[in-house]
Amino acid sequence: MDKWLKFLEINAPRIFDLTIEHAILVGAAILVALLIGVPLGIYLTTNDYLAETVLQIASVMLTIPSIALFGVMIPIFSIVNLGIGFVPAFVALVLYAQLPIIRNTYTAIRNVDPEMRDAAIGLGMKPIQRLFRVEIPNAFPVIMAGIRTAVVINIGIGVIAAYIGAGGLGVLITQGITRGDNYLIITGSVAVAILAMIADGFLMWIQKRYTPKSIAN
Amino acid sequence: MITFDKTTKTYDGGVTAVKGVDFTVEKGEIVVLLGPSGCGKTTLLRMVNRLESISDGKIMIDGEDSMSLDSIELRRKIGYVIQSNGLFPNMTIEENVMIVPDLLGWSKKDKKERFKKLMNMISMDSEKFGKRYPHELSGGQQQRIGVIRALAADPPVMLMDEPFGALDPIIREKIQDEFLQIQKEVKKTILFVSHDIDEAIRMADKIVLLRGGELMQYDTPSEMLVRPKSEFVREFFGKDRAIKSLSLHTIRELQDIIGLAEFDEGITDTITINVNHDLRNTLSMLLNQEADQVIVVDDEGNKLGAITIDIVQKYLHFEIKAKPTLVEKG
Repeated sequence: MDKWLKFLEINAPRIFDLTIEHAILVGAAILVALLIGVPLGIYLTTNDYLAETVLQIASVMLTIPSIALFGVMIPIFSIVNLGIGFVPAFVALVLYAQLPIIRNTYTAIRNVDPEMRDAAIGLGMKPIQRLFRVEIPNAFPVIMAGIRTAVVINIGIGVIAAYIGAGGLGVLITQGITRGDNYLIITGSVAVAILAMIADGFLMWIQKRYTPKSIAN
Repeated sequence: MITFDKTTKTYDGGVTAVKGVDFTVEKGEIVVLLGPSGCGKTTLLRMVNRLESISDGKIMIDGEDSMSLDSIELRRKIGYVIQSNGLFPNMTIEENVMIVPDLLGWSKKDKKERFKKLMNMISMDSEKFGKRYPHELSGGQQQRIGVIRALAADPPVMLMDEPFGALDPIIREKIQDEFLQIQKEVKKTILFVSHDIDEAIRMADKIVLLRGGELMQYDTPSEMLVRPKSEFVREFFGKDRAIKSLSLHTIRELQDIIGLAEFDEGITDTITINVNHDLRNTLSMLLNQEADQVIVVDDEGNKLGAITIDIVQKYLHFEIKAKPTLVEKG
């Protein structure tokens, strides 16, 4: 136990810095993924043919092993001298976050009660008014569920980003493995788990706070 | 006023849902579109606010071709009520009711006042219900809210697609009456879809009976019951159409033509009935033998006389059955 405390005392600032680094990497990736995924998901509800194709591509993306995808990023970004570090990791994480975000947005908007949509049109709402006043508010919990899934996936996959020099909590784990240092491995893993739980809890709070009372449950 | 001019709807697959329908809904009248399912009544209704396109012919609203208007503007000028009430669960009752005024950019104060007035119409407390959400209301209350939402911006025309169809019979009758009261005040031009013959007879100034997208007859309820133009119309209203037509007459009309019986002060087991009651309900009351004597009273409670099954039968015989077409074939 003493050894643990000593380890944490020495490494606390570093663990904290790496956690922040991890959170920034994932946060930035999710933000960009949202800006792409939500509008795309909404657009796909108006184009069935494209919807199928896009959702399939996004599904395939999620099945690529993360280490392979990170590996692929290196030669691609080497062209612009960004082969390793933040940028390739960020791009890979944006790709991984797409499927849950696009799929949930698409499904949620599609599943808005057609009678409700009919009433909205019949009352004379413009498409954009219908979207913001009726469709998105009623689809919100399902869209949020997709975002939460994406965040948790990204925090996990973000660990692998350490291999291509993007930093984050993966650094503790990879160093621990190469040095055979269990303290490092366990600390890194626990920190990742805690980060994931905090992020998910926060998003759940947002989801509850902004879900219309009458459609909660 | 809504005028249908050879209005036709053909779907892409070549199916014709509405075939060259011609009729006019006069200002301030309720016209019920009636017919078996698949007869095109809902399609015809939805063509008015362009939720369905018009394949051929025209629909004129107050003399203006509906196709010449912007569809968004058009819909905001037409109240729309649907069976499932279509209230938005993410909005409070007040927000729901005030959607169209809000889209039209009314001031906060005007909206508040209008909401109060509308809630008064349906005897619901605006303070108590304004901040609630639709799921916190009963089915009947939700449907009332659906109706006043359509009335919110005071549109001259209203479209109602089986608005009371999902309610249980007792509540439905109550809301129908309430709505007729409101209509007396607001005098909207209303197109109303129903598959319920009793509802149609009750609500309609005129009925449009449709079959397979074609207009079979356009007439007042009593004309349609008494003088059906074709075998289809006759069958549609059924063998009991004579009894159905009783709901269009009140005890007062019977009193004026045939008169009531003397009532016997000696009989203690009596019930009273208002002279404005319709004859169909009166008859079922008599048949149920709820009391030995049924005394008719006016609004002030003065006893006018007694009513019996014999008298109602006489009235039915002379006033309704005596009409030529029914005697011949009915």
